[in-house]
Amino acid sequence: MAERILDVKNLKINFHTYAGDVKAIRDVSFHLNKGETLAIVGESGSGKSVTTKSIMGLLASNAEVVGGSIMFQGQDLLKKSDKEMQKIRGKDIAMIFQDPMTSLDPTMKIGRQIAEPLMVHKNMDKKKAMAQALEILKLVGITNAEKRFNNYPHQFSGGQRQRIVIAIALVCYPEILIADEPTTALDVTIQAQILNLMKELQEKIETSIIFITHDLGVVAGMADRVAVMYAGQIVEYGTVDEIFYNPKHPYTWGLLNSMPTLSSTKLEAIPGTPPDLLDPPKGDPFAARNPYAMQIDAQKQPPFFKVSNTHYAATWLLHPDAPQIEPPAEIIRRAKIWREIQEQEEVAKNRRAEAMKHADVE
Amino acid sequence: MKKYLLKRVFYMALTLFLVATITFFLMKLMPGTPYSNQEKMSPEQIAIMNQQYGLDKPIWMQYLLYIGGMLHGDLGTSFQFSNQPVSYLISSRIGASAQLGIQAMIFGVFFGVIFGSIAAINRNTWVDTGLTILSIIGKSVPNFVLAVLLQYYIALKLGWFPIADWGGFAYTVLPTIALGVGPLAETSRFMRTGMVDVLNSDYIELAKAKGLSKFQIVYHHALRNSLIPLVTLIGPYTVALMTGSMVIENIFSIPGIGEQFVKSIMTNDYPTIMGVTMLYSAGLVAVILLTDIIYGIIDPRIRLAGNEG
Amino acid sequence: MEEKMKLQPKDFQALEVKEELDAEKIAAPSLTFTQDAWRRLKKNKGAVISLFIVLIMIVVSFGSTPFINRDTLVKSQPQYANLPSKIPGVNINGFNGKAKVGDVWVDKYAQAGVAKDKYFVMGTDYLGRSLAQRVVYGTKISLIVALVATFFDLTIGVTYGIVSGWKGGRTDNVMQRIIEVISSIPSLVIVVLMLLVFKPGIGSIILAIAISSWTTMARMIRAETLQLKSQEYVLAARTLGQSPTKIAWKHLVPNLSSIIIIQTMYTIPAAIFFEAFLSFIGIGISAPETSLGVLLNEGQKNFQFLPYQMWYPAIVLCVLMISFNLLGDGLRDAFDPKTRR
Repeated sequence: MAERILDVKNLKINFHTYAGDVKAIRDVSFHLNKGETLAIVGESGSGKSVTTKSIMGLLASNAEVVGGSIMFQGQDLLKKSDKEMQKIRGKDIAMIFQDPMTSLDPTMKIGRQIAEPLMVHKNMDKKKAMAQALEILKLVGITNAEKRFNNYPHQFSGGQRQRIVIAIALVCYPEILIADEPTTALDVTIQAQILNLMKELQEKIETSIIFITHDLGVVAGMADRVAVMYAGQIVEYGTVDEIFYNPKHPYTWGLLNSMPTLSSTKLEAIPGTPPDLLDPPKGDPFAARNPYAMQIDAQKQPPFFKVSNTHYAATWLLHPDAPQIEPPAEIIRRAKIWREIQEQEEVAKNRRAEAMKHADVE
Repeated sequence: MKKYLLKRVFYMALTLFLVATITFFLMKLMPGTPYSNQEKMSPEQIAIMNQQYGLDKPIWMQYLLYIGGMLHGDLGTSFQFSNQPVSYLISSRIGASAQLGIQAMIFGVFFGVIFGSIAAINRNTWVDTGLTILSIIGKSVPNFVLAVLLQYYIALKLGWFPIADWGGFAYTVLPTIALGVGPLAETSRFMRTGMVDVLNSDYIELAKAKGLSKFQIVYHHALRNSLIPLVTLIGPYTVALMTGSMVIENIFSIPGIGEQFVKSIMTNDYPTIMGVTMLYSAGLVAVILLTDIIYGIIDPRIRLAGNEG
Repeated sequence: MEEKMKLQPKDFQALEVKEELDAEKIAAPSLTFTQDAWRRLKKNKGAVISLFIVLIMIVVSFGSTPFINRDTLVKSQPQYANLPSKIPGVNINGFNGKAKVGDVWVDKYAQAGVAKDKYFVMGTDYLGRSLAQRVVYGTKISLIVALVATFFDLTIGVTYGIVSGWKGGRTDNVMQRIIEVISSIPSLVIVVLMLLVFKPGIGSIILAIAISSWTTMARMIRAETLQLKSQEYVLAARTLGQSPTKIAWKHLVPNLSSIIIIQTMYTIPAAIFFEAFLSFIGIGISAPETSLGVLLNEGQKNFQFLPYQMWYPAIVLCVLMISFNLLGDGLRDAFDPKTRR
């Protein structure tokens, strides 16, 4: 049975700007189960980073949380003071950022930077903290760790710096690790290394990961569950297989469609741009770019429709009275794979039932 | 690094050489001799004087002699105080000016860093606005005006400090403040801007994500990164302090080089003017070289250049 | 729950997606660079006030030229010597013709036998000349010196910087060495040396100040030019065959303009300070001409007994300096989009 360690409910966040209030997060709910990796996918401006920053309590000064709750260890993080959040940041919930070239203090040795959370949160003395920091430096795969422990950030490559950032985040063995596009700024080959490292460490440290990205390829390799965000809302969420092979929201279709495959002859893009959140549309926010939009999409926002126990999508297309439409070719191709997966699961399920029956008999 | 240093020292020497040459020929254009202040002399006496001071030799020889003398620490004889070598005038006064200058520099930079940091941490609050206003006033009020005001109200009226002259530490307080307020204001503004930039950077964001408190972030991360660029200000401050000392020493009757420089200007004492010019230039050039070296040492990116990646 | 889910058949008809083009429109009105900078400058109250003060001072001091000139200043009226301020209608001690002698407020005007309707707003100096008139005139001279010196500073510095940055290579190297040598000599020393060679006067002071301070501007312009040089629109212009001078005028200068303006706003108070400083130690402007520095010098001599003689020019000088500095700060914040918060 999956245990929820983070529960975000009905989160609403506004930003006060000179042009007015930007409704950046408009009623977002999701949860994180212990030991899993949840990927949050979306375009720039969809609200992915703002959501995770609100979990950490690191929102900008002109941001205002106007509703919702973030439950962690039985308490609402939104109601905590900054001082209380300081105790949680880096210790129970840790974060790694996008650009490793600027994430580290250029004038402090990296060993000390890794040891810092230990000294602050676990009250360790310097010697012990440095020793433990050295251990985790080795764990993240920096060769010649003893010597490099006293180096400065500019003496490392981008990939190595990101490893150091990961080391800093994991040194206190946090319950949750939030990774905000950690590989976007890296070369593709280094990307794979870092992702593998994260998967390895996830097991060793027993942490749960929230992974933000706009790259579906990364999602496929890393995630257990996926939440798709658009215009400050979640439009679809489910297990990684469900999202990849049985997507139901036209936006998800668009995202999957735009992923080039070996057989693509043309690059498909989603035309248009996300709506302006100063004055969000009252209906489905994706309607303006949705070739399958219906009249109701301009009037009312769709609620979440259940596709399975773990799979929900907010689109009027799932309404019982909605017409049957033909999804893009790419989606049809995936639906075929979905059916295969379903069949295999049926077969496996039957075999397990058989085995159980035999066990009973014996 | 060594090669760079050698190159700089070479340019330093070249610069000073040029300065000496320019001032020498400039002074040669001026009327006046070491003995002009004395009574009228007969042509024979003038000829003897000329010979005594080497003024009968051709210009290029005088020039070489001058440069040669300078390298030995001989800067000629003062016009104003005949028989006093310029080098003596300078050496007897340099202590006071150096002490005043260094004190003012320390005063200005130390408090400037503190105020600037406070302003940056509390940016856009009334604390920040207040400190900004103070530093603008501090930068805009000319130091000689401030000196007169301090002398009148604090020394004369309130009697907290001596009005003028040079003796123990108490005599240095008011002049230090008058001279140091300018650098204080400038450092404060500079520090504020620098620290605001630092506080907006990604690595500070990461430090916050680590759960460090505001104090820890400022003390362990922000300060060091904000202080390093400050080193570049030491050169300009040296110039400002040299300039300011001329009038501050004047107002407070401090027996320093600045006061002597002004007097020399008034009395057209060209050798002394030249000597002090050389001193100031040499001092400035040395300070600039020193700050470059210091910068190279304290910034690890420069000190350990190159990737061991 | 069921209620909300009840939809009409027409709800499921296809939606015309014509609004998609509007989504590209940016909500806030778009502004040109200058408009945006002006808007931000206006928000900075300190800068706006400073701008007004500066303009008022320029207008008043230059506008006074037909009324106050060398002749009115030279005329000494010993019978009015050293009178304190008397502002008609104001009855605060110190501004009503009374001055403190020992511990008593004495009506100096009555003491000197001055006619009842004669008043001097800022009092008089030791020669009986109206201090107010002298301050206005002095401000004008200080401003002239500062503005003209800054103009030369600008012209020399900008040209030198652009040439040095644009040419690059050997030329740049040599030009930079020259600047290094010049800036190794404290600027005051340069000024002093120049004033010794060219006898003091407004012209030589202007020249001296300009020559000693152009290096800062040149360095800044060069650094910025180097950066602009590598921009693509400059590359495009060169590819199209535009001559370097044309490029400098049409592309470089407009982009450098914000730096030039900001730096000018800081150079002016530095020049004002310089002039005041020189005149204060006596090697600047000398009688019968007057400037703020000269007035400060004269005022300082009598400060103990007649403090107002230094206070008035000091306040005017400080206000001028503060205003230019605030304006410079305001312009710098307005022109630099990054320092928004």
